[in-house]
Amino acid sequence: MTTAGFDSRRISQRIAFTFLGLATAIAVLPVLFIIVYTIIRGGGAITWEFLTQFPSQAGRAGGILPAIVGTFYLMLGTLLFAQPIGALAGIYLTEYAPDNWLTRLINLAIANLAGVPSIVFGLFGLSVFVLAFDFGLSLLAASLTLAAQALAMVITTSREAILAVPREYREGSLAIGVTKWQTVRHVVLPQALPGIITGAVLAISRAAGETAPILVTGAAFLLPRLPQSPFDQFMALPYHLYTVAAHVPNMPKETVWGVAFVLLVVVLSFDVLAAAIRIKTRKRH
Amino acid sequence: MTKSLKECLIPLMLAVALMLSGCTSNSPAADASTLSGSIKIIGSNTVTPVSSVWAENFMKANPKVSIAVSGPGTGVGIAALMDGTTDICQASRPMTAKEIEQAKAKGVNPYEIHVASDALAVVVNPANPVSELTIEQLSAIYTGKITNWKELGGADAPIVAMARDTNSGTHVFFKEHVVQMYGLPKADKKLEYGDKVLFVPSTEIGVSEVAKNPNAIFYAGLGYVTKTVKAVAVKKTATDAAVKPSVATVVDGTYPVSRPLLYYTNGAPTGIIKAFIDYCLSEEGQEVVLELGFVPVAKQK
Amino acid sequence: MTPHDTATTVARASSRGLEPRLRLGERIIQGCIFLAGVLGIVVLLGIIFILLKEGVPIFAHVSPWEFLFGTHWYPVSDPPAFGIAPFIVSTLMITLISTALAVPIGVACAAYLSEIAPRKVAETAKPIIEILAGIPSVVMGFIGLALLSPLVRSTFNLNTGLCGLTAAIMLSLMSLPIIVSVSEDALHAVPGEFKEASYALGATKWETIWHVCVPAALSGIAAAIMLGVGRAIGETMTVLMVAGGALAVPVSPTDPMTTMTAAIASGIGNAVRGGLQYQALFAVGLMLFVLTLAVNIIADRVLERQKRKFPR
Repeated sequence: MTTAGFDSRRISQRIAFTFLGLATAIAVLPVLFIIVYTIIRGGGAITWEFLTQFPSQAGRAGGILPAIVGTFYLMLGTLLFAQPIGALAGIYLTEYAPDNWLTRLINLAIANLAGVPSIVFGLFGLSVFVLAFDFGLSLLAASLTLAAQALAMVITTSREAILAVPREYREGSLAIGVTKWQTVRHVVLPQALPGIITGAVLAISRAAGETAPILVTGAAFLLPRLPQSPFDQFMALPYHLYTVAAHVPNMPKETVWGVAFVLLVVVLSFDVLAAAIRIKTRKRH
Repeated sequence: MTKSLKECLIPLMLAVALMLSGCTSNSPAADASTLSGSIKIIGSNTVTPVSSVWAENFMKANPKVSIAVSGPGTGVGIAALMDGTTDICQASRPMTAKEIEQAKAKGVNPYEIHVASDALAVVVNPANPVSELTIEQLSAIYTGKITNWKELGGADAPIVAMARDTNSGTHVFFKEHVVQMYGLPKADKKLEYGDKVLFVPSTEIGVSEVAKNPNAIFYAGLGYVTKTVKAVAVKKTATDAAVKPSVATVVDGTYPVSRPLLYYTNGAPTGIIKAFIDYCLSEEGQEVVLELGFVPVAKQK
Repeated sequence: MTPHDTATTVARASSRGLEPRLRLGERIIQGCIFLAGVLGIVVLLGIIFILLKEGVPIFAHVSPWEFLFGTHWYPVSDPPAFGIAPFIVSTLMITLISTALAVPIGVACAAYLSEIAPRKVAETAKPIIEILAGIPSVVMGFIGLALLSPLVRSTFNLNTGLCGLTAAIMLSLMSLPIIVSVSEDALHAVPGEFKEASYALGATKWETIWHVCVPAALSGIAAAIMLGVGRAIGETMTVLMVAGGALAVPVSPTDPMTTMTAAIASGIGNAVRGGLQYQALFAVGLMLFVLTLAVNIIADRVLERQKRKFPR
């Protein structure tokens, strides 16, 4: 290996690394830009009244409190329904399901589910939860619908996170006589936890910003009070944003961006929380 | 779940619970109204703002009544009326004969109430020299027969024709009354929107594009026409006067392009629903209509 | 046999030996896990069932051939026309472009974060990128309308910036986070021995990444890409707002166009349950599902071949 040969490989490494760094910048910068832009255009609308009052005059005055509360309820509901089932399904598919055509078909079907448009989930939720299960237009129906949408992503990312755990960990544990479930619970899961959490957060953040699934399962533009039970209708930030942006004449632009800003903050707070958890758990292992 | 997650969740839930207890419904009005109950309004997004303000005002005067207003479309409202999951269907287009039949088969009797009107202004960019158009010319633009502004006395530039998508009642209304030239000698029911026409999901998007794009043309309810765009004067035929859209010209019938906004109930309205609709059609209710940029019904003949 | 198989066999052998002494608790837990797996599948089946139930009736009014290859879409006219060729072409075009943009950038970024960047940088960058996934489609639509579409219009000298390219760029931003995140997890999981062996043979860091890490993580990366493609195909709001909404079959990415998702969204507010337009829209949803299935099957085949080269 001549020095010249090594130098040219060094140079291509430099070039490659520059490209990789650039790619990372492209992935990181738009977010910051979008957040800053939203703050600039909507920050002016954020007042205490805006955050704590009910809307008035078709959203052109007053505040967006019920939409904020509604979105939080939806996120909690989605988390509750999607995360345990999704993670368990992921465990089943990686640890317990036999490696046959059926499992491959199931994995394929789940990948497919990720591509189903939110509209279709909305209609699914309407047919099943609102009508067939008779939950009516409600928080419950909407949460279940959002959870169904999140399920595909939660299962896939859980599965990937579990598959990433090196087999030696499992084999070592089983070799000393630990049962399957105990191995999963005490050896595999803790290792896979950061990845599972990442997946759950990505899916639920997305759910919080979804408009279509909640449109036909219970979201309202105007309600006189906060939802008192899971069977009540609710307001939500994405639907509120969509309606004030598109369908209210003489809507001050700053208010629209203000709602967008609040939605971003709500979604981001979940992201930050989960990132903190993930950093903590990654450090431990 | 790790300890830290539990630690974060509990304060979060407490905060939400606190918010709930602190924020009850709107403060009651001074007078004691005896009306009580709840009303659900579902349907068109166009009518949603009007319904919302009506609901807000009515609830202030009748604190024991609660009204919920939702979109997201006329069709959804019609289906809800048929299922019995709504009291009022707000619609930006009339129900078709087929839909009425479907409703009757389910035991629902749709009762139509004209609550407001929507004047459709044809808007172009303020820099566009064209200020008058006949319905025939509009039809030619939207079917793709005329593709360049110079054919209409404007600049040598391609026309970017924009319309609303089928979610809006305006889509069909504009098609029937302008594209297909309903009621005019050249009326042709076979005409369709051209395939280069841009269908946008909201009036706001269309108006923004017209404001930015010197070659765009769009139609929008009066309430959305701002100083950033120019409303074109419309001539019914080449020999008629060109009329600019306004509440006055819709009311006296000289502006040719205006559509009705409707409420549908199951049978003639009774009880609090009737009280509510009476309010909507009252002088005060129709003031709301005006304020939002629509055309009041009461003033029309 | 793959290592996964080995582990499973060992697990089965040991659990078979322990079976008579398996605690009831373990049995119950296994039952719950199985149920959860089944529940996940039930949801899928439910969606397919709904799509079929509501969409298939349209084929009494239009032949499948006409539906797939017809170029006229007049769902509310009398007589109506239900040709979705323009939507299929638009979906394919926009998905292809957005994937072509997002995959190289996403995988490159994942490689950077997992192998090259100092841990502090990686730990700050990852959450920031994930935030991009949380930005709601409506907000992305606003940004596309306000900022990207005028830019595209002036750069390419178009009639309007509302076109397929604008939509594709926004979509690539939206699928980036999932591609980066899952790829990074996959690269991170590549055993250290692989890399050490590569360095021991004298390879540079870049060569190790390109020839060892990426191929070893390929099935994870492919899963990431599939999730990203899924997001792109299924995205509704953003595309609805910036792709233009024209009904013609698009010839170039700079044409205004309507994807299958946008077609559904533009009509669903007006369609009355059980009516013709409603059935047609569900049929579009069905076609979308079939399209996604085809893409996933192809990807699955490619993956199988790759797995044989680099077993996990």
